[in-house]
Amino acid sequence: MAGSTLATGRRTLARLLAPLLCLALAACASTPLRGTGDLGVVIERASGSVQIVDNSHTQSLARVQGLGDLSHASVVFSRDARYAYVFGRDGAISKVDLLTARLVKRVEQASNSIGGAISSDGRVIAAQNYSPGGVKLFDADSLQLLSSVSTAAFGGSESKVVGLADLPGNRFAFALYDSGEIWLLDASTPTAPKVQRFEHIGKQPYDGLASGDGRYFIAGLYGEDGLALLDSWHADAGVRRILGGYGRGRQALPVYKMPHLRGWSIAGDYAFLPAIGQHEVLVADNRSWAQVASVPVLGQPVFVMAEPGGRRVWVNFAFPDNDKVQVIDVPTRQVIKTLQPGRAILHMEFTPRGDAVWLSSRDDNKLVVIDTATLAVRSTLPALEPSGIFFSWRASRMGM
Amino acid sequence: MDSVPVRRSLWLLALPALLATSLWQSQLAAAAAPAEPRAGALLQLLHNDCGACHGLSLKGGLGSPLTPQALAGKPADSLVATILNGRPGTPMPPWRPFLSEEEAQWLVQLLQQGGAR
Repeated sequence: MAGSTLATGRRTLARLLAPLLCLALAACASTPLRGTGDLGVVIERASGSVQIVDNSHTQSLARVQGLGDLSHASVVFSRDARYAYVFGRDGAISKVDLLTARLVKRVEQASNSIGGAISSDGRVIAAQNYSPGGVKLFDADSLQLLSSVSTAAFGGSESKVVGLADLPGNRFAFALYDSGEIWLLDASTPTAPKVQRFEHIGKQPYDGLASGDGRYFIAGLYGEDGLALLDSWHADAGVRRILGGYGRGRQALPVYKMPHLRGWSIAGDYAFLPAIGQHEVLVADNRSWAQVASVPVLGQPVFVMAEPGGRRVWVNFAFPDNDKVQVIDVPTRQVIKTLQPGRAILHMEFTPRGDAVWLSSRDDNKLVVIDTATLAVRSTLPALEPSGIFFSWRASRMGM
Repeated sequence: MDSVPVRRSLWLLALPALLATSLWQSQLAAAAAPAEPRAGALLQLLHNDCGACHGLSLKGGLGSPLTPQALAGKPADSLVATILNGRPGTPMPPWRPFLSEEEAQWLVQLLQQGGAR
């Protein structure tokens, strides 16, 4: 009897306390505590919106609108992986809170832009611009302008900036499309950045990447076969050509979309890089940078991305082959699978440890999630003309 | 998104009037609008695939802008040739495998008259 009385008493107490607890927890109940390590942002290119997605539960959490022209866009994350900085084609930087799904700040800083990077200390956002050319540095919290680096100010032409990537020590590297240069920008005093110029690095650099350790910066060249490599540990030794003449003796095929480079190209001992004008993925030793192989693929590669474990490399393609994806086995350097996941596959993004890869299918208005162990489709999610997919693991990686 | 087909068909309706007022382009005024769904497919090609370099809104990117202002004064036949044959020394590839001369003429007309949107 005593036991049951006690139990009744406890229930009564719980009934009395319940409303109070509810009140105290009300704020939490509407926005339950959660981490951001499995969140990401999907660009919806035609509608100027992004979806916030959860890659643990393969679901969309929210749509954030009003980000302007996202026909080309890229994203970097704050160091705490709470905020996504979206760089839009219209030159705007939009800061999106992944937890509250709100656009917290938007700055129109150029008229035509494609991307940016965040400094190694997480305090400076750098935007690379096409028009006007140059790089602008912003405070990561407030998006206040800290300084502008004109590509004409140092005697060069007002060139389009491509391939901007962060390096250790609050430095950035980028390439100049029109004048064929690589610049190393020391932003340790972001209001007065210092520039080191490397001229004559090759014709028409179209994009660039930093290796995952932040040591190397590589610019892909459109105007000639080869890539330009800067070893930032020995910057005074200058830029050298790697993989020169990879298309030697063969006619260049038309390129209906420029490839995109980033640090995901490097897997284990090798770097996997798109050839320009050849339907090949080039394989280079990632210390000597000598070409060790080329892997024939079905079209002009756009993204050549290694799984986080480095065992396989995934490739998507330019128009008219953009409905296919090929998977390269790294040890044998052969294509082991050709997938047709949807029309106009524009981008791929691996989950943090690579158990799945998310693909965007622009013309089928969907995201396709593929299990990397079985290469089978795990699920699909609706999205409005999706392009880039960016997961928050990028917050803690250099060159991303 | 629902408004797109409507807008497109409006343009197709407006096109004869536009053509009549641009007799200075007499050589190209003959470029007839392709029948649907081809016209829609060409507009999609223009915005998505040309747009990969020239921008979805055609205001330029790595490639030059394709706005009426940017194309003003440029001979239409040389623009048509650039589309079909590409431009050596630049990343502009030849699009001849994917569209006919008449279709390229129609696209140039739309671009120069600002009707591509």
